This record gives sequence, structure tokens and C-alpha cells, in this order.
Amino acid sequence: MTLAEILASLFPVGHAVAVADGLITGRGPLENRDLAVVGVDGDTPLGIEGALALSAAVLATVRAGGATPVLVLVDSDSQRMSRRDELLGLNECLAHLAKALLLADAQGHPTIGLIYGHSAAGAFIATALATRVLVALPGANPSVMDLPSVARVTKLPLEKLEAMAKSTPVFAPGLDNMVQAGAVQVVLDPAKPLGPQIAALIGEPPSHDARDALGKDRGGRPVAHDIAARVVDAARA
Amino acid sequence: MSLSWYEASARQRVAALVDAESFEEFVGPEQRAMSPHLPLFDLPRAFDDGIVVGRGRLDGRTVYLAAQEGRFMGGAFGEVHGAKLVGLLRAAVTETPEAVLILFDTGGVRLQEANAGETAIAETMRAIADLRRAGIPVVGLVGGRAGCFGGGGLIAGTCSRLAVSEGGRISVSGPEVIETNKGAEEFDSKDRALVWRTMGGKHRRLAGGADRFCDDTVEAFRAAALDLIGRAPAFDLATLEAEQARLEDRIARFGDCRDATEIWARLGVNDPAGVPALSAADFDGLVAGLEGTTHDAR
Amino acid sequence: METMTFRHTTKGPLAGTKPQAITGVVASGNLEVLLERVLPPDQCTIEIATPVVGYGDVWEAVAADFVARAQPGGLRIAINDGGARPDTVSLRLLQGARLMETGR
Repeated sequence: MTLAEILASLFPVGHAVAVADGLITGRGPLENRDLAVVGVDGDTPLGIEGALALSAAVLATVRAGGATPVLVLVDSDSQRMSRRDELLGLNECLAHLAKALLLADAQGHPTIGLIYGHSAAGAFIATALATRVLVALPGANPSVMDLPSVARVTKLPLEKLEAMAKSTPVFAPGLDNMVQAGAVQVVLDPAKPLGPQIAALIGEPPSHDARDALGKDRGGRPVAHDIAARVVDAARA
Repeated sequence: MSLSWYEASARQRVAALVDAESFEEFVGPEQRAMSPHLPLFDLPRAFDDGIVVGRGRLDGRTVYLAAQEGRFMGGAFGEVHGAKLVGLLRAAVTETPEAVLILFDTGGVRLQEANAGETAIAETMRAIADLRRAGIPVVGLVGGRAGCFGGGGLIAGTCSRLAVSEGGRISVSGPEVIETNKGAEEFDSKDRALVWRTMGGKHRRLAGGADRFCDDTVEAFRAAALDLIGRAPAFDLATLEAEQARLEDRIARFGDCRDATEIWARLGVNDPAGVPALSAADFDGLVAGLEGTTHDAR
Repeated sequence: METMTFRHTTKGPLAGTKPQAITGVVASGNLEVLLERVLPPDQCTIEIATPVVGYGDVWEAVAADFVARAQPGGLRIAINDGGARPDTVSLRLLQGARLMETGR
């Protein structure tokens, strides 16, 4: 689905969501309440200015009080790769955006991520993965790194990686693998209106970070949950 | 004789950082919690998957510690590696140590286990936010040979406080990644001086991205940790709004600078070219005379 | 990856009481050695996992030489190899045995 189609499905009576320079901000009505919307559209890389524009919108929602949920729509590139971004502290800006989303959620503004296109690496962590519940639409393509780049870094033949990717979800790019890792909770049904699907997620947020348990159940992260639990047990012993 | 932080292993750093004989490891190497994935790539595993987690004392106070081993797979986040850190942070929420120290030494996500590593980084950041809201400081120490890159840089940006040494580079995209994607004109990764002044400890400290600059010794990092634990900012709207203003102000003031030396000059440093050669003591003196470098907006 | 295990009988136990030690790091040209005092006092096993295939006889010789020199009775020794040279392996094994004997 395109962003316009998503917004139309979410907000059939209209909305005030705008896109500028690939950055999404605004709000719309969802089942008699306001829904704040931020995000990245059009496979746009996320740099220092973009991260701060989105964090400003999230913090404004927190400052306004209430319990307005925050929907994070994501079709981004990776972080913007440049000398200037790193010189000016891209790590701080991306972390700040993630912290703003984590604070919003902690202060009663449920955060829902919806990935409908690409996202990768630091941009993915600072946006979609910083929400309480991350969902996707079919066709979304989250990745840490694409396979040709993985081949370059690991010095393994691309053909071998492609073959391994079919049986090893832990490293292969793509939506199915992120679902199996537990990072993406559920894939929405694009044939049905999105508003009620998002509203249901807002109504039933998990009480704790259950992503590693999902990853274990689905097989994409076979050991993370148990290892973390063993560390907790050892600390309490 | 002082132990070099940069040269030391993760285990040496932990042992020397805490009070003598006080470190107790959780899920230690004898439990052989190793990567289930590396053998598929014909890569050797490590008994601790490149991270040491546990509990120790710092001047008698109980702290939790996680130390990454930068020489094993570049200190990168694999499934087990990340889960050990996440487990430590979750345990700290209920066990309430006086602080959690993260000894960063990482290139970011381990590509052979990319989805697990990436998700673990997100889990780590959420757990740090939980800890900070509970009033438990999370202090990052950055000075290892692998630096603090990729998702490691984002975790560092989530910590309550950061101490960094000259060699402790912090960034999201590493020099080689920028050069590979954008060309050597954008970033010449072989220009070590450029790497150091763009991502290194002194620039991060001067720009406000880190709270303490350390000599490359365990003693210096220990002193920094003790200091920073005692002055951790709250994790609330006021702090994040202050950080928003601080970062916006940085871009407004320095957004047209091409090189770190231009930023340092605008900050009021008289001899920017001389900064890389300054000793830690002289550098601290310089920082103390500049406004805005020490703050609670993190 | 290639794995192998060598079992040796020693004249007696290794001195000291330290239950376990680890030394070295898995990196290119390096290795880690985990030592655990869990076997009968005249037994020693050395388990090796290495990405460099086909050097079993070299490992066997290095392990035998180490056992003859250190008499590491009671130890289960496990090695994760990152492609270390035989002299590095010998050095790390002796370092590990010293750690178990003296704690330093």
C-alpha cells in the first residue's frame, strides 16, 4: 500500500497528516480519539534534521498530555550516511527520537509502528523498533543490510548467502524473517480497513517487551529469550 | 602500572574496574552459551559470545556490568550476545543495583545474526529507558578498539551518562561504511586523524555528546564511572525537551561546518588544531572553560 | 569447522584449587582456552574447535607436548580457535595452566 492509501484506509473521514522532505507528521481521528502520526516516507534516509523533526512532534504529543496514541509509519532508507551527520552527532539524534517514543509510551501514549515499505539499520531502530507494538503491511521490506552488502562484508559468495537465507531467518533480510525474529508482531490485512486493526492494537498493548518470546515461538530467534531469562535467574540467585 | 583500556580484554577491564575480587559473572563461559548460528558460516564461536555480564562492587556499592569484547567478531551484537545484555538490564530493573555500567566495544550488529542483533538493540534501548525511569543510572564507557558503532552508537545515546577516551569513537555509520556507500571524497576511512576528530572522544566531549573525557587507563574510567553515577539526569519530558533544544541548537550553530576543528573554534577553542595533542588534564581544563559542554540534557 | 578431542593420563593433579579459568580471545590468529577442574586427578581432556581444517596431527602434537610439560591432571580444557599458530596455542595453554595453579 502507498502512504496515501494507508492514510485513506486509516482515516476515512479525513486527516491532517502531511509529508515534507520524506517526513510524515500530523494527526487524524481514530474511533472517537485523536491519533498522532509521525514517520518517514519514500525510502528516505533518516539524518539529524529528520530525526529531530520527528522527535519534536512526539514530544509535543507528550507535552499536550492525555493519552493520544502515536502511530509511526515507516518506509525509510537506512540512516543518512554522511560525514556531516556523524560530525553533528547522528547517534544522539537517532537515540533521542527513540527515547522520545519510549517516553511517550511510558507516559500513557501507546506507540504503534507500521512498516509499509523499506527500513534498515539505524533508521529502523530509531523509528519502528522503538515502538511498543510493531506491525507491517504485506510487501514491507525491513532489513539490517541487503544481501549483496552482507556478501561484501562477510566475504561469502552471494549465491551461498541466498541459499542460506532460505533456511536461516536469523540473518536474511525481509519481512518474514523480521516476523520470525519477533520484531514484527503481526502483518495487517490490507483488504480490511486499517483503522479498526490499529485501534485493536492500541487497546491491547503487551505489558512487557515480549519480542524475544515471540522470536522463540516463531523460530527466528531460537535462544535469545532463554538466555535473557538465565541471566535474570542468575542475578536473582 | 596502569592498564590500558584500549589494549585490555573485556574480562581484564571488568576485573580491574570493580573492587578487587568483587566480580560475579552471570552465565559465564563454563555454561557455553555460544552462538547457534556462527557454525553455519564456518566461523569460530566464543564461550561467552563476546560479552561478559555480571555484578560487582564499585567503592563498595553494587553495580551491574556488561563488557563487550571488541576482538571477537568486532564486539558485534549476535543473538546470545544481545540477549545477555538484555537479561542483565531486565534483572537490574527488579534487583535495583546502584547503577549499570556498559563497557562498549562494538561495531554494531553481527551480520551473520543480523535480525537477532538488531532486535536485541531495540530491546536494550527499551530496557535502558525502563531502568532510567526507575531511577537507576546507566553509564556507558567507551574506549575499546572496536569503538561504538551502528546500533551501539544508538544505545550509547540512550545511556544516562557517557565517558569516553581518545580512542573511543562513537558514531552510527562507521568510516568504512560511509566510504563504501558514498565514496572516499565523502569520507576517507584511511585518514585516521579525520576519523578521530569526527567521531573520537575529544570531539564527542566538546560537542556535548559525552560527559567525561578519560585517559586510556582503567583507573580513569573507574573514576569517571564513580563521578557519573552520582549525577545521572532523570528520564522525563523535561530532560528530553532539553535534549531536543540542545541538539537543535547544535545543528543551528555548527550545521555548516565541514570539519570538527571549525566547530571547536566556534565553541571558543583558541587553538583547534592543537586539541588532538592535548593531554587529558589539559583537555579537561579546556572543556571547563567552555559553555554548554556539561549539561543534563541527555 | 573441525572438532577433535584428545584424552590424556597424567602423573597426578595440577596444583592449585581454582575451579576454572579462561584466557585468550577468539580472534584472527588467536584463541581462547577454557579450563575446568572437573575430571579425576590423573585425567585431562583437550577439546578443540577450529575453522582451519586438516591440522589434526599438529593439534595432537601440541596437546601432547603441553600435557607432558604441565601435567594438567583433573582439567577439562576446551579451545575455541581463531586460526592460531601452534606456538600461540602452546603459550595460551601454559598461561591457562598457570592461571589454574596460581590464580594469576
